[in-house]
Amino acid sequence: MGKQAVSFKVNGKPVDVLVDPRELLVHTLREKLQLTGTHIGCESTHCGVCTVDINGQSIKSCTFLTVQADGAEVTTVEGLATADGLHIVQQAFVEEHGLQCGFCTPGMLVRAASFLKENPNPTEDEIRWGMSGNLCRCTGYQNIIKAVKTAARMMQEA
Amino acid sequence: MTEQMDKETREAALQGMGCSRKRKEDARFIQGKGRYTDDIQMAGMLFADMVRSPYAHARIKSINKEKALALPGVHAVLTADDLKPLNLHWMPTLAGDVQAVLADEKVHFQYQEVAVVVADDRYIAADAVDLVEVEYEELPVLVDAHKAMDADAPVLREDLIGKMQGAHSERKHDNHIFNWQAGDKEATDRVFQNAEVVVSQDMYYHRVHPCPLETCGCVASFDKVNGHLTVYLTSQAPHVVRTVVSMLSGLPESKVRVISPDIGGGFGNKVGIYPGYVTAIVASIVLGVPVKWVEDRMENISTTAFARDYHMTGEIAADKDGIIKALRVNVLADHGAFDACADPSKFPAGLMHICTGSYDVPVAHLNVDGVYTNKAPGGVAYRCSFRVTEAVYVIERTMDVLAQKLGVDKAEIRRRNFIKSEQMPYKTCLGWEIDSGNYHMSLQKVLDAVDYDGLRREQEEKRAKGELMGIGLVTFTEIVGAGPSRNCDILGIGMFDSAEIRVHPTGSAIARMGTITQGQGHQTTYAQIIATELGLPSEEIQIEEGDTDTAPYGLGTYGSRSTPVAGAATAVAARKIKAKAQKIAAHLLEVSEDDLEWEVDRFKVKGNPGQEKTMKEIAWAAYNNVPEGMEPGLEAVDYYDPPNFTYPYGIYLCVVDIDKQTGETSVRRFYALDDCGTRINPMIIDGQIHGGLNEGFAVAMGQEMPYDEQGNLLGNTLMDYFVPTFVETPKWETDFTVTPSPHHPLGAKGVAESPHVGSIPTFTSAIVDAFAHLGVTHLNMPHTAPRLWKTMQELGVK
Repeated sequence: MGKQAVSFKVNGKPVDVLVDPRELLVHTLREKLQLTGTHIGCESTHCGVCTVDINGQSIKSCTFLTVQADGAEVTTVEGLATADGLHIVQQAFVEEHGLQCGFCTPGMLVRAASFLKENPNPTEDEIRWGMSGNLCRCTGYQNIIKAVKTAARMMQEA
Repeated sequence: MTEQMDKETREAALQGMGCSRKRKEDARFIQGKGRYTDDIQMAGMLFADMVRSPYAHARIKSINKEKALALPGVHAVLTADDLKPLNLHWMPTLAGDVQAVLADEKVHFQYQEVAVVVADDRYIAADAVDLVEVEYEELPVLVDAHKAMDADAPVLREDLIGKMQGAHSERKHDNHIFNWQAGDKEATDRVFQNAEVVVSQDMYYHRVHPCPLETCGCVASFDKVNGHLTVYLTSQAPHVVRTVVSMLSGLPESKVRVISPDIGGGFGNKVGIYPGYVTAIVASIVLGVPVKWVEDRMENISTTAFARDYHMTGEIAADKDGIIKALRVNVLADHGAFDACADPSKFPAGLMHICTGSYDVPVAHLNVDGVYTNKAPGGVAYRCSFRVTEAVYVIERTMDVLAQKLGVDKAEIRRRNFIKSEQMPYKTCLGWEIDSGNYHMSLQKVLDAVDYDGLRREQEEKRAKGELMGIGLVTFTEIVGAGPSRNCDILGIGMFDSAEIRVHPTGSAIARMGTITQGQGHQTTYAQIIATELGLPSEEIQIEEGDTDTAPYGLGTYGSRSTPVAGAATAVAARKIKAKAQKIAAHLLEVSEDDLEWEVDRFKVKGNPGQEKTMKEIAWAAYNNVPEGMEPGLEAVDYYDPPNFTYPYGIYLCVVDIDKQTGETSVRRFYALDDCGTRINPMIIDGQIHGGLNEGFAVAMGQEMPYDEQGNLLGNTLMDYFVPTFVETPKWETDFTVTPSPHHPLGAKGVAESPHVGSIPTFTSAIVDAFAHLGVTHLNMPHTAPRLWKTMQELGVK
């Protein structure tokens, strides 16, 4: 099986990698690009701890081949904060105690940031459905929902 | 500014106990800078992967590694035969049994570890796993615990044939592990014979798995030059792991360093020592390079640390008013193929003998038989303190049955039987001393908050219309904070815990603990304890845990023991520092120690305003101006052996509506009042309770590990194994009362497991209540829609 050259942008920076065609994006991110904020939880698209943003869509990188990312813009949790400081969803998760062990948090934040672009002023029900591809075992979700609401409010005020 | 205001401002600035301080650990987690085991990469690191058995019970006829070894990038394939010369093919379990590291001639459960493959990367390792050829001869399978001790049952553990003295008792059968009893059988039976009312309920507490989002794994790195072994691993008890690794490997404990880095949830899954850890360590020692092993989700659910699997019967003898006269509990415990329970050594059924609950029970008897089956080994305490969940379930379910039999409301039956606050501390008939609690007050608070009478009226109206509404109520008492070394040890090591605090010259501090956080927020809360005790700002107190080279020895974090044990150690260590600080302050102020009083962050000379020394000033002096004869420095260590357990309790109420067409349950309301004694960080407590309630919801409403008759596990992916999403999860309402523990230095009792322990029977209580008017007294979990639909068909509900 020959290696494939793949070029894409991660968090705004161009990267070139040489991968087996079967290599999964989550492994490329974590093991080749040292971006270990994106985690692995189930390897079957259920838990969402590997969620990244690809061309504006939330994607579970544990079942996405790296070769599929060729030419794409990928955002991981490491790309949420900017030179101006933390992303609003990051601030809101701290404010509302929306995380505990931290393992689901990167995927949860990446999804929340995307979700609030799709729906800047969501109801609680819309948050529950819109975030339902991401599992958390620690928080019972209640404070994550609060955090997403708080982030929506902060974004509107900003 | 008045003196009072000044004091309050200084106090608030400390961010000490009682405040909802934002979490210290969040900054790294929200930026993807956590460091979990699988994040660790080392130069030359290899990957280990497991060859696992497809059969639940089979003899291994042959293993052919040739094809796997021929694959480029494969470095080794190890089997039991390779581990035998090192005497590492079997390992001791925490429960006094042994477990095969790699299957030795036989496999005893599906997915059992048969061989380990070590390769350049995880893809090659997975390919090689498929190339290892194992020939099996299938054997008769035993999955029904009730048949384990039948005369014609297949014998599972051939290594134990003829060894009829087990670790805890004599064994009655080759598949018997132990019999364990508590209480007075004869006296209990006598009361039952003459009782006015007797109720008896069989119930099955099904097999579940803690399923943290991070699976178990490790990176073992053996340095051949200096003989040092470093292991990063997902452990809730790194110090115990170091001791076990040293004992197994023969390396001195001083040359073994175990590091629990950030842990992505534990919930009991990460207490045990698993074959994956052992084989990665062996591979690293043999090959001289770092080796990583991380299980996937299927391996996690199938092999490491199931919980529960208790077949229980609860019986109460009472008078006609429902006053309990005696309690009898019988348990058949399915431990799977190896007894790998993680309990204190003396208690093969954990703390199951807390099963008298919150009630004044004059006499009781508990009988537990543990048996082997062809299922994965365990079982661990899934977010609970050693079988407390099972104990609470059996007593709370049986109380409901008693209420139903007598036609007394379930709140009233509890009120009549509660231990009264004036009876505290209360010695239970099974040997515990409940430290404090005011159950009547807490129950009333919940009933008022939800308008209990109103709910019951509504239920009447709904029943009249043929609708199904249920109200669940549970009033549980836990036993946590293991534990006093006189009755608690793990492998002979007393279950103390530790804190070591060092105050630097400029008044910031570092503290190291024997525990390890997995989301509980230790780096935030321990600092709050020290802040209040020493008057130093929590922002300037660094908390470290999990590295056995730097932290003092401790037994780890599980069984809600961090705050009750290490939290107490922290307070005591801080008080040792404060006592020294007082001497230094007296010296600096040229007064006697007795002339000083403590106020927030300083010692003041009584009746002499302005004459004072802050802790920061004292810290500086500790390094350059101490009284004659005193050694310089400002640090202390405490190994805290608790005088008793702590007994948090809670009153939980749940309202459900069940859809008659589909069997789907809608949790309309869940109200959880917890009393965990002194509250250190209310924000974190609330978060812990939300999470525990959700895990309880998962267990009660959907999680299960079903096995078919061939021992195939029918649900080991997140497609089948229920982990609630945002959508199913109910809204949680929390409340509290505060009854401090009289024996804990801070009055704190521990909290994070209460919501799991308490909520599970509350859901069952609510579901059963929806059908109570149809004569139903109990329904086994999980209360899934298909099962409830079936129940409705049987009951003729239309």
